[in-house]
Order: sequence, then C-alpha cells, then structure tokens
Amino acid sequence: MKIIKDKKIVDDNWSHLADDEAISQGDITVSLSRWKDEKSSLRDHAGKIGIRLAPADHLEDIADDLANFQLIGLEFPAFTDGRSFSHARLLRSRYQYENEIRAMGHYMADQVFYLARVGVNAFQLENTAELEVALSTINDFSVQYQASTN
Amino acid sequence: MYQYNDADQTLVNERVAQFRGQTERYLKGEIGEDEFRTLRLMNGLYVQIHAPMLRIAIPYGLLSSPQLRMLAHVSRKYDKSYAHITTRQNIQLNWPELKNVPDILADLASVQMHAIQTSGNCLRNTTSDPLAGVCLDEIEDPRPYCEIIRQWTTLHPEFAYLPRKFKIAVSGSEHDRAATQLHDIGLYLVKNDAGETGFRVLVGGGLGRTPIIGKVIKPFLEKQHLLSYLEAILRVYNLRGRRDNKYKARIKILVRESGIEQMSEWVEAEWQQTKADMQISEQRFADMQAHFTAPPYQVLTESDNQFIADKAQNSSFNTWINLNTEAHKISGYRIVHISLKAPDAPPGDITDKQLDAIADLADQYSFGEIRSSHRQNLVLADVKQTDLFSLWQKLVKLSLATPNIGTATDMICCPGLDFCSLANAGSIGIAKEINEALDDLDYIHDIGELKINMSGCMNGCAHQSVGHIGILGVDKKGVEWYQITLGGSSENNAAIGKRLGPAVAKNQITQAVCQILDVYIKQRKDNEIFLDTVHRIGVTPFKAAVY
Repeated sequence: MKIIKDKKIVDDNWSHLADDEAISQGDITVSLSRWKDEKSSLRDHAGKIGIRLAPADHLEDIADDLANFQLIGLEFPAFTDGRSFSHARLLRSRYQYENEIRAMGHYMADQVFYLARVGVNAFQLENTAELEVALSTINDFSVQYQASTN
Repeated sequence: MYQYNDADQTLVNERVAQFRGQTERYLKGEIGEDEFRTLRLMNGLYVQIHAPMLRIAIPYGLLSSPQLRMLAHVSRKYDKSYAHITTRQNIQLNWPELKNVPDILADLASVQMHAIQTSGNCLRNTTSDPLAGVCLDEIEDPRPYCEIIRQWTTLHPEFAYLPRKFKIAVSGSEHDRAATQLHDIGLYLVKNDAGETGFRVLVGGGLGRTPIIGKVIKPFLEKQHLLSYLEAILRVYNLRGRRDNKYKARIKILVRESGIEQMSEWVEAEWQQTKADMQISEQRFADMQAHFTAPPYQVLTESDNQFIADKAQNSSFNTWINLNTEAHKISGYRIVHISLKAPDAPPGDITDKQLDAIADLADQYSFGEIRSSHRQNLVLADVKQTDLFSLWQKLVKLSLATPNIGTATDMICCPGLDFCSLANAGSIGIAKEINEALDDLDYIHDIGELKINMSGCMNGCAHQSVGHIGILGVDKKGVEWYQITLGGSSENNAAIGKRLGPAVAKNQITQAVCQILDVYIKQRKDNEIFLDTVHRIGVTPFKAAVY
C-alpha cells in the first residue's frame, strides 16, 4: 500500500500483526502487550520490528526498549483523541527517538500538519485517496509560534 | 496595543486559506460531518437553531477603531447588522452563512483579527482585565503576558485535540475583574518579597454543569517559566484528562478526582524536564511590553470647574458619571463604561451603527482603543474629564449611556432558547421582563451593586452560578422553569451561589427577583451591598419571601 513518509508518497511493506496473528516474515509491528509478552523471541526476528501504541499506553513502558524499534505506530481509535500528539512530541524530544513515527488508524488528513509538527514523519491513511490532500496540508502554514520537533 | 508583524499576518492569512479549502472540500462531500464539525469549531463556527454562529476572537478584550469598523462592516454585509459581546470578551455573529465564512475571516484578517480556537476542545482565547493599564489597583499590566500566551496557544500542535475546551485568564490587579478563579488556568500577577514579578497559578476552575473554583497549584511562578509551566499543565491534562464522558472531561474534574496535591506532583515532574529549555528572555518581555506603552496623555489636573458645574446642573449626567465612569490612574482622565444593557435591547448586543459610532468616539476621545468586558459591555479607557460631557451627550443619542453599570439591570445573559441549540429556556425575554419590572432608575440605584447572571441551560454561558443572583433556565417536560441561586461571585471572593429552592415557573421569575430585592432593602445594614447581606443573613429569609 501507499503511505506518506518524509513528505513523499511511497510504497510500504510493513505488516501490522494482530495479537492472535502468527509472526510473519518481513517487517512487522506488534502491540505493546504482545511486545511485553514476546520480547525475547521478537528480538530474534529476521525483519525489522515496530511497536504500535494506543493512546492509553504509557511511554515509560517502552523507554528502555526503544533501540529495538525501527517504527513506532501511534494508533488513533478516534480523530478527537489527542494523546498521541503528546506521545509523538515526547518520543522525539525527551526520548530522542529518531526512527519512523507513523500515524495510523482513524484520523483526518487535516490533522497531518499538527502531527508533523510534533514529530510524526509517516502517515498511513484509512482512505488512500486522501494521500495527496494530506501531503499538501503539511505546507498549510509557513510560520509558527511554538518550537517544533519536526 | 499589539500590532502584527509579517509572521503574525502570514499566519492568519494562511489560516483563512486553510479554512477556505476545508469548507470547499466539505461542500463537495469530501470531508465528513463529524470531521468538518471539529474543523469549523476551531474556526469559531457553530451551527445553531436558525443559522451558524461565528465567534470572533478579541484577544484579552482589546480592539482598535479600525477593527470595530470592520466588525460593523461584516455584521452589515454578511449578517443582520448586529453582533453580541460574550462573557469571554469575544464577539459573535448570529446569522452568517457557511459559504460566506471564509470571506468573513479574510475581511477580519485584513485588520489583524481572527476566529482561531474560539470554540472546540482546544486552547481558547486568553481573557483579562478590561481595565488593564489604566486602573488604580494594578500590580503590573497583564496584556504583554496575555499576548505571549495568545501566540503560544495559537495553532499549538500538541494541544489541539484536548479532552475538552481549555480557558486561561490573567489578572494584573488587586481587584479581579476577569473571573480568574473560574478558568481552567487562572493567573494572578504578583510580586515576591524581592519585588520580582511572577504568577500565582490556579488550576481547575470552571463553570458549566459542575461549577468549581480553581485551586492554587503554584503560589509563585517566576515569569520566565510561564510557558513551560503552562505546557506542563496542558501535557498532564492531555494525557490524563478523562475522555470517556464529555461532562467529566474538563481539567476541573481531573483536579477534583486526583486531588490538587497529586495534580501538583504530576505537573512538577513534567515541568522539571522542560523548564530549563523553555525560558522566556528578558528581551522578549521587553519587546512585548513595548507594544503596550501608555498613550500620549496630556498633563491635566482633576479640578475642572466646567465639569463640576455640568454635574451640578444636569442630574442625568451626574448619575452617569457616578455609575458608568471610574477613576483613572492618570490625573484628569476617567474610564468610561459603555453600557450594552439598554432596557429595550438584548444584553450584550450591539448594532453596526453603534459599532461605527463607537469607533469614531474612540478616535475622538480615547486614543482609538476600545475594550470589551467580561460583563458584556465596552470600555473607553482613556477619556479626558473635560470631554466627558460631550461624550455623554453623544452616547445618549446612541442609546449607549444607560446608567446601570454594576447594577441590577447590567445583567449577564446568554442568547438562550431564541438562538442557541443547547438552551432549555429563554433568557433574553426574561431579562427584558426584569428590566421592565425595575424600570425605576432611582430604585435600581438605591439597590446599588448587584450582579444578575442568567443562562438558558446548564452549560452556564452566562455564569449564573457565580451571579449574586443566578438564574438558570431548565426544561421540565417541555415547559421552561427557572432555578434561582444567591450569593455567587466571580471576583476575589469567588463563590458558587446557593440554591434558593425549587425552580419557579416562567411567569413567576420576575416577581421572585423583586421579592428577593425587597428582602435586601428591608434587611440591609449601612452601606452593605446585596452580596454581603446574603452572606450575613443566609438564604432563608429570601426563601421565605419567594415560596
């Protein structure tokens, strides 16, 4: 499928595994609870490993494991849930996490500007027809009042 | 007042372009209802019973005469030639059409105005003292700090999707005229023992269904840490505030459920991580203060024989001076309140002609500046005493000189069932009825200081729970009823009013208010105002009179 990464529309081959899904080959993400349970075996996985965080998850729980992750997916159950904005900001500023942070799930193309500002650099949209619009919104504003993490 | 630089102007222009694009996509069916609702709310646009309502920001209540003329223009061109001042110093249009809103916002941007974050679950307009910079009891001018907060809150990327709305107020005076304790964050400018400026920070105040007075979370915050501390509170709220129930989502509920000690620990822990990197420099404060320097006052004396003679010869003028003007920190000047509470007009409403006329009066008499107040009136802050008589004569002709500031008929009132889709009961009609019942100015002046606040539903837009007399419209099986509270206050002695008894029927509410005032007249001691009598004798005697 297509996603936006680093301000370009690119092909993406990550598999986002449900908790009851068998570990597959290639690059995979798992939930926080699965990571906690299967950490030791997942570290031996041949492909890249990523983790998906729900808004209610706590960053403290993965603080010591960040070096394992090539991707952190921030899952939006609803576009109105703004907790992941703080998670992205803290991952970039406090935890110095430099790999991919991807917005996933139910959010709006019109939120991409703010998400980019707090440090999200990849956008997987439910409706891929909106990729172009989402990409264009990254440039909605040329000025800003707050220090940024993007 | 603050003047936009190129970056400020670019930001509001780009915001207009962004919303224009979003509106076009919505009208083409490319954005869903729920999604567009959120986007339009963050641009001040509600959908009400009859039409959309557009709330335009007046940052900390400060306006220039060109801005006032533009508000007159947009109300004429896109609406029904009037607007409504809100309790948070903003201004609303009640009848704009959705398709015109991008054009309205573009017109407003041309005079450095916007509607950014005047609604929605985000950081709202920062409010303050309408008498900032001119009152006698000021510790320090709050406006430079308000503008720093305005900029920081505007398009803040991390805090645009909070659990619920978030309001900040700043007071710089001894006397709190900004309802500071009833805000999500209340900031009082204070000096420490070394004479340094800082803030006493309150958190978790708010009105609505669960009125709560804010609690002190930091007795003294050094001013250079203002933004890092605000950010720490907001981050704790964004991550920990309840999102499961919108009636329990305000920060006041988080503070109540966790306790102020726990809240304070969370905020402190967060703040310690960021405070060193987010300090505001002395230069930044100085640059901002340079936007709020005093206007070129003349050197005048208080003694003015013509003024004294005019007051002696004209009792109406004298009454207006006593009620609608107050002392100014500069000798020979006075602060003039423009009453938007004429007996025959909805409280807080103002017509395009009045807006234009006030802009002219501000240019002629008050250095071209106008302020809006929490109590839904306007202020000309810098009027020479020698100009008061001619200004008064002009205001009388405009129906803007009703001598009732701070009295029973200076009511705070929401739009109510007539306009608002949330309301359960009418409010403007009741205000009119109370006005008619209290049509004797001598009686109103005899009653003296009294704050009647009336809301048409539990959302409490008119702050009824902190009115000296609060009136709340409720719906009982399709019939409008009114609950009465007594003894509330939004000032330094902030308090939530006590329920008088069961709700009264619509045809009895005005009579009940009159009965309450009769008890006060009989029971008051010396110069005691209504609120103090309620505090001294309790609600029981009032209850006995009404029920």
